[in-house]
Amino acid sequence: MAILKFKINRYNPDDERRGHYEQEYELDVPKGYTVLDCLNDIKWKIDGTLSYRRSCRSGICGSCAMTINGVNNLACETQALSLKSDTVTIEPLRGYPVVKDLVVSLDPIVRGLMAVRPYMINKTPPPTDQERFQSPEERDKLEGLYECILCGSCTSACPSFWADKEYLGPHAFLKAYRFVADSRDEDARAHLEALDDKHGLWRCHTIFNCVEACPKGLNPTKAIAELKKEIVKGKVG
Amino acid sequence: MTIKDPETIHDVEGVPVHNVHRHDVVIIGAGLAGMRAAVEASDEFDVAVISKVFPTRSHSGAAQGGIAASLANEEEDHWEWHMFDTVKGSDYLGDQDVIETLVKEAPVVVREFEHFGAPFSRTSEGRIAQRLFGGHTKDFGRGGPVLRACYGVDRTGHVLLHTLYEVCVRNQVRFYSEFHALSLIIEDGECRGVVAWDIVNGGVHVFHAKTVMFGTGGYGKVFKITSNALANTGDGLGMVLRAGLPLEDMEFVQFHPTGLYLQGILVSEAARGEGGHLINGKGERFMEKYAPDKMELAPRDLVSRSIQTEINEGRGINGEAYVYIDLRHLGKEKIMHQLPQIHELAWKFLHVDCVTDPIPIQPTGHYSMGGIPTDIDGRVLLDGKQIPVKGFYAGGECACVSVHGANRLGTNSLLEASLFGRRCGKSIIRYLRENREFSDLPADAAVEAIKMVKRLLSSDGDEKIGKIREDLQVMMTGKCGIFRNEKQLGDLKKELRKLEERYANVRLDDKSETFNTDLLEALELGNMLEFSELIVEGAYARKESRGAHSRTDFPDRDDGEWLKHTLAWKKDGKISFDYKPVTITRFQPKERKY
Ligand SMILES: Cc1cc2nc3c(=O)[nH]c(=O)nc-3n(C[C@H](O)[C@H](O)[C@H](O)COP(=O)(O)OP(=O)(O)OC[C@H]3O[C@@H](n4cnc5c(N)ncnc54)[C@H](O)[C@@H]3O)c2cc1C
Ligand code: SF4
Ligand code: FES
Repeated sequence: MAILKFKINRYNPDDERRGHYEQEYELDVPKGYTVLDCLNDIKWKIDGTLSYRRSCRSGICGSCAMTINGVNNLACETQALSLKSDTVTIEPLRGYPVVKDLVVSLDPIVRGLMAVRPYMINKTPPPTDQERFQSPEERDKLEGLYECILCGSCTSACPSFWADKEYLGPHAFLKAYRFVADSRDEDARAHLEALDDKHGLWRCHTIFNCVEACPKGLNPTKAIAELKKEIVKGKVG
Repeated sequence: MTIKDPETIHDVEGVPVHNVHRHDVVIIGAGLAGMRAAVEASDEFDVAVISKVFPTRSHSGAAQGGIAASLANEEEDHWEWHMFDTVKGSDYLGDQDVIETLVKEAPVVVREFEHFGAPFSRTSEGRIAQRLFGGHTKDFGRGGPVLRACYGVDRTGHVLLHTLYEVCVRNQVRFYSEFHALSLIIEDGECRGVVAWDIVNGGVHVFHAKTVMFGTGGYGKVFKITSNALANTGDGLGMVLRAGLPLEDMEFVQFHPTGLYLQGILVSEAARGEGGHLINGKGERFMEKYAPDKMELAPRDLVSRSIQTEINEGRGINGEAYVYIDLRHLGKEKIMHQLPQIHELAWKFLHVDCVTDPIPIQPTGHYSMGGIPTDIDGRVLLDGKQIPVKGFYAGGECACVSVHGANRLGTNSLLEASLFGRRCGKSIIRYLRENREFSDLPADAAVEAIKMVKRLLSSDGDEKIGKIREDLQVMMTGKCGIFRNEKQLGDLKKELRKLEERYANVRLDDKSETFNTDLLEALELGNMLEFSELIVEGAYARKESRGAHSRTDFPDRDDGEWLKHTLAWKKDGKISFDYKPVTITRFQPKERKY
């Protein structure tokens, strides 16, 4: 148990006059409490106006990404006491328009995602009464790709996105590569098309912020490198 | 003629005209049930999906272990075996005609997921990999456990949910993401749409539809310790009750044996499927006493009761309210390859490395067997028995068709949600081919919903939502949990009434329109209070023990009196019951032993 001070970035568009401001709360934090547990305690016991997204509280739905002491992370997976700091500063994910308090607009995330045709494309019909075969080795190529929970942390941390709001974002590239790398997908070109663009891959300057920001330990930068190879291959071949 | 400002034009009282939307099919819920129905129906019709969370954030994504189908990819298996296990698992309360459909269509549904692109784990021949799960056996229970649960590592729900979202995108399904459904529009026995609140911008919207489907999921959040997401508040059930329709078998709630201690977060049954042991405070593998044959792989109701008994009798670890699940003997490689998410959860939430230490666990509120009564084609039943509400469908955890009866087997619910979602989609198509026109919207369609929101937004009482909800959760866990008895259920009935009175006297802190989560939580609590009473009253009325419903004062199953489904209504605060027979085809009820 320790008393922590939470400094939370707040904004309510229905109260434009106040604009963005910081509010402080103090909370007795028991061992084992996640940052989400703390936010819930604040909301449920102190101040019901505090707004943030959450659902699964187990790091799988991707709702609760926010910037905690300067680092993008899932609130539900961050142990409050292991931050080793008396003050916990919480801000909405950078780079996205703020809807209210810690809630940001999901539009940029969805827009980037849609651009890469985020679904498996096949030209041959599937076999009847059977699955498409895929060897365990082929399946292993999807490791580190299919786990993305669309939390938006990576793109929020990306300077290329800060500079260009139409930049598709690392989460979109990771998704594109998830299909390009899948032995069953038959139209890599369709996923790559939107990437070979000024808002696409070539804007990535391999700064690796996305890798650091991903709470699931995924590696969008590696996917980007692979995709660049694919595009070049496509042009040559 | 002057052009009117759309804000002032109303087809529906109180709702500006640009907030009225029209679609052939309006689906509430973007979990496996809702999106699987959307995939099906969007082949032919204009489909909208409304979800209070972004689609891929639906709770289906949290499912870990697997989806059942007798593919026989790993070893011999047959749908008849799967059927027997499901019937027996249900403690003979499942309807055998629908169970037969479930197990027969399962292989098709799972392979379709693969065809859609789901990244399943694979066998060495490149087929979908399968693992063991509790209650799934060979040869009508005579053989050992069978490899039947199809899986994607330990993220099966995640891979299926994302895949469905992707196919919906391909099929140009229209998503209304972050809209909270408030009420049904039912007129002359026909469902004509729903009313919903736009979470991001605020405002009441009306969705005018030819068909409506509910895939609104479960309600684990009525319990203090639960594996469920915060969004699992059973809103669909509240809406259905308010529309004067019944709910079925609400007293049957599954408690999963292995929730992380104090958090309730799930340690998937895959952990036992892969060979994990349950250990009590004396270091014993205590399942020997309760299910000498199937041990840890006995069905959930039995394992949860066993754990709770150990805890109640002082054999928890250090006498406390938990026992261990021990995975250490599986070895690091197997844990990291087959159960990486469990490893991650135990580490992140309890700081336990399950490669070197056992994980503290306790039973956790998990799954609702009961729900909205439907027929085999997903049509919601007005009388709970036969008469469908025109144009209204339900599937997945919010529905009760009933394949799970008194206790669900692991991996059967992802299957149920997908398979009956798909069936809903198909029957919606059949219906729409014959019913091409929209029926008129009643002018007062949104009046009640608007009143409800307005009341909350101007509420000025002295009760806090969070406090009432916590009291509800503590009471439900304490008095309507794994073990139940007449005295406690009786007390609880009265206490719930008091909570409803307190709810009438709440005060919201947040009165704004934009992303008002205070309002949403109040609406959710209203729904939970609405149907919790049915769980308790149903449990009070059912004087026997069957599946997950365990009465210490009536410890035996009573087929003479209670081999029947409960139907319950709530009108003007009054609850009334009716019952209907169980459909029995192949397997006569027998004593259930594992
Ligand atoms: C941790 C965990 C692990 C599990 N593991 C397994 C497993 O391995 N195998 C298995 O078979 N089963 C498993 N289950 C059970 C299974 O996941 C669920 O029963 C199933 O996913 C339910 O799917 P659904 O589509 O019915 O509902 P959900 O996936 O819960 O979706 C409900 C949808 O309804 C929407 N909604 C609800 N209310 C409203 C409203 N008022 N307005 C708008 N939208 C609304 C939500 O936004 C959501 O989109 C698990 C469950 C849990 C909790
Ligand atoms: S790649 Fe990682 S950070 Fe980016 S959206 Fe996916 S899970 Fe989140
Ligand atoms: S609440 Fe789902 S990821 Fe944190």
